[in-house]
Amino acid sequence: MIDWEVVIGLEIHAQLATRSKIFSGAATAYGAPPNTQASLVDLAYPGVLPVLNAEAVRMAVKFGLAIGATIARRSIFARKNYFYPDLPKGYQISQYEHPVVSRGSLKVLLDDGTVKTIGVTRAHLEEDAGKSLHEGLANASGIDLNRAGTPLLEIVSEPDMRSAKEAVAYMKKIHTLVRYLEICDGNMQEGSFRCDANVSVRPRGQEKFGTRAEIKNLNSFRFVEKAIQYEVARQVELIESGGRVVQETRLYDSDKDETRPMRSKEEANDYRYFPDPDLLPVEIDAGFIATVRATLPELPDEKAARFARDLGLSLYDAGVLSASRELGAYFEAVLTGLGKAHAKLAANWVMGELSSALNRDGVEITASRVSPAALGGLLARIVDETISGKIAKEVFEAMWAEGQGADDIIEKRGLKQITDSGAIEGVIDAVIAANPKQLADYRAGKDKLFQFFVGQVQKATKGKANPAQLNELLKTKLGGPA
Amino acid sequence: MLHNLSVGELAERLRSRELSSVELTRHFVERIERLNPALNALITLTADAALAAAAAADRRLASGEHGPLLGIPLIHKDIFCTDGVRTSCGSRMLDNFVAPYDATVVARLKAAGAVMLGKANMDEFAMGSSNETSYYGPVKNPWNIAKVPGGSSGGSAAAMAARLASFTTGTDTGGSIRQPAALTGVTGVKPTYGRVSRYGMIAFASSLDQAGVFARTAADAATVLKVIAGFDPLDSTSVDEPVPDYPAALDAPLSGMKIGLLREFFDGLEPRNAALIHDSLKVFTSLGAATMEVSLPHLPLSVPTYYVVAPAECSSNLSRFDGVRFGYRCDQPRDLADLYMRSRGEGFGPEVKRRIMTGTYVLSAGYFDAYYLKAQKVRRLITEDFRAAFERVDLLIGPTTPTPAFDIGAKIDDPVTMYLNDIYTIGANLAGLPGLSLPCGFVDGLPMGLQLIGPHFSEGRLLNAAHRYQRATEWHTHAPRGYER
Repeated sequence: MIDWEVVIGLEIHAQLATRSKIFSGAATAYGAPPNTQASLVDLAYPGVLPVLNAEAVRMAVKFGLAIGATIARRSIFARKNYFYPDLPKGYQISQYEHPVVSRGSLKVLLDDGTVKTIGVTRAHLEEDAGKSLHEGLANASGIDLNRAGTPLLEIVSEPDMRSAKEAVAYMKKIHTLVRYLEICDGNMQEGSFRCDANVSVRPRGQEKFGTRAEIKNLNSFRFVEKAIQYEVARQVELIESGGRVVQETRLYDSDKDETRPMRSKEEANDYRYFPDPDLLPVEIDAGFIATVRATLPELPDEKAARFARDLGLSLYDAGVLSASRELGAYFEAVLTGLGKAHAKLAANWVMGELSSALNRDGVEITASRVSPAALGGLLARIVDETISGKIAKEVFEAMWAEGQGADDIIEKRGLKQITDSGAIEGVIDAVIAANPKQLADYRAGKDKLFQFFVGQVQKATKGKANPAQLNELLKTKLGGPA
Repeated sequence: MLHNLSVGELAERLRSRELSSVELTRHFVERIERLNPALNALITLTADAALAAAAAADRRLASGEHGPLLGIPLIHKDIFCTDGVRTSCGSRMLDNFVAPYDATVVARLKAAGAVMLGKANMDEFAMGSSNETSYYGPVKNPWNIAKVPGGSSGGSAAAMAARLASFTTGTDTGGSIRQPAALTGVTGVKPTYGRVSRYGMIAFASSLDQAGVFARTAADAATVLKVIAGFDPLDSTSVDEPVPDYPAALDAPLSGMKIGLLREFFDGLEPRNAALIHDSLKVFTSLGAATMEVSLPHLPLSVPTYYVVAPAECSSNLSRFDGVRFGYRCDQPRDLADLYMRSRGEGFGPEVKRRIMTGTYVLSAGYFDAYYLKAQKVRRLITEDFRAAFERVDLLIGPTTPTPAFDIGAKIDDPVTMYLNDIYTIGANLAGLPGLSLPCGFVDGLPMGLQLIGPHFSEGRLLNAAHRYQRATEWHTHAPRGYER
């Protein structure tokens, strides 16, 4: 049996969140009626010329700085020539030999807890094409050029990933990063964030890469994982049965969970790149880079490190809470009232109750029905022992449903914890009196029955008895197994 | 006669209300209707719109407004997009294309109150040196209708020579203003690359194309250039440099000006033509300029360089003509490939196809370095030659063309001979320099052109030199027989 090593590189297309297109003034909003957001430039009318949207350059530079990459002082737009109806000019304006961003890297936390550095070869600016529509038209194809000219940042990784899971972890990290930087909305359903995966296999230990296949247009993390897994299995099986992998472009069919060779858009693959004479080279000076650098937010890795260092969170928790800027901000807002000493408690609640409620109801954290201050208020009641953690969950659900503060709900529902020893003792006495058989069994050595008595007391107090006090008092009263 | 008056004289009469723009416009419309059928200089005459624009100009004049071009009639080369008017670019491909917007040049002239009479014939997509590649048929040279007027702005040049408008616009990618200006005996200016916006000018070779003017005098050209020049945010390659007052600088003395005679331009030049250039030099010397011989060693490589760079860019620029969104579409396409192949095969003429194929070839994998990249290197060497020359002299002088106008049909089947027509003009395009052609005499009854080339943004100096020359000579006042009156 040959031990196959998988080699993966990703080309991620992130749609930049500019208001207008990269070379025209038309809007970039998603979902407008066909061809209502296509200007004469997007339609490639005779005589029109592209004018670069400086905001797209700023965003690309921001990304480059965030991954520690080299920002080209001079980058050049080139034309990639091919005919297709959704490509109105007959060429795509892209960057070829001189991309704006090159040689960066980022760190990815793998499942086994190790951190892996993935290289980013380059990131370049280019325009998106339009869309061909084949449905609902008899004997014809429609073309919607709303998307034509939308700015894309194509982020090309080194072939550094060794499994589908690593590829997904890398893609997620880029996804987190572009949203942190507010340069891409990351919306995968709308195609704002998608990738092509280059996949090959080689016998472990072999230096030379195997022949790769490129799987086009993967628009979900799950598809990336499944498509790569399928492709790896296909290639291994092919080679082991005496075949050879051919370099080709493939499409992933999510319904059948398989990749298939794609009929090429163009007969030949000669794009005849040359510098676009309609656009000047993009000159970027140190001043501009400094200005952009000043706008960089705290990056995910920095935030996670700070959470771990200053708040004593585990690397895992710190990673989860810094996975989006909004989540991190929410978590930190909870701590404002609650105090950093209770960071672990806050982390558990944000990752636990809050996240499940958000997921269950499909609500964004920025629109959470329980504000960070309100959650902080609830957790403060756990800290000061007004309620137990268990009761707090009930209070949280009520807060979520009714929108009231924790104190109001605790008050209204009478959920305040019973910490009066006398009162708890009274309930214990009554429970013991009502359960002579269990008492006898317990004293005869069935120490598991201790929980039975805890349950009975909490049942009688509706769970309000302070758990620690209850345990203490119950032990004394039951007198331990004889 | 009105058509013999300069733009300045006409503006004065319009301003004094001695003449109305409607009268002037009618005069030119009548001339076009009478004289154009023999010349084929216009593809489209927009008489009604012209008269409406003239009436509007008259209202502005009546309200006390005045301007150097307010109410002055012109003809645009049919390469400039004109809102609501067919813009054919001389091609079957765009025979049905009505532009939905104005080119910047058109918009600026419109705003200045100039009156468009119509659209001038041209080589298809500006590819040609004789105006024979037009879908609308060849343009005839008013000096001899058996001769070509030059190209690609042959219609604009012929219309100017025949006095069908007060001025006309053109574009120059490898000599397309200067060469036809020379062959028709008019003054033609190709400005510095980036001086005039290319927005709305249908692209042939983007790094070489530049809009310019045909006029009867350098003074008129200066007036028009001042209006159309200047930065345009819609064209990234237009340059944000202030536009000098060209007319104000026309009379500056030439004393102390250093003029370089381009040695390479005289190799193999016909003696009678060379004699005219030497006569012109004497005029400049008498005006106080000093002359010296200058060599640009790489200039002889300009034709092959150009015929790599220009087709490369055109092969890409013309990809948008695919029969999908506008322009010619073949009948009943069977599928996408058929739509592309037949629409382009039927919509483009042979010269355009030749250049698309040449351009596609030089950009192809395996040939790119040997052709396109090499051509770009030579282009830099030529530019460097010019830069070095302009350290010694203020402007360069030489013939515009090797020969006067040739017979229609004489070279159309021999592209290489045809391409050599641009041998003296292409250098300025490759280096992005301003150039000007002005009439300097006759050979066999046909006008010859004197070419001036200056450093970047030296249009003012070129126009100044040309104007002083025209004050001292009368070559520019000659009109072809039958078109004076």
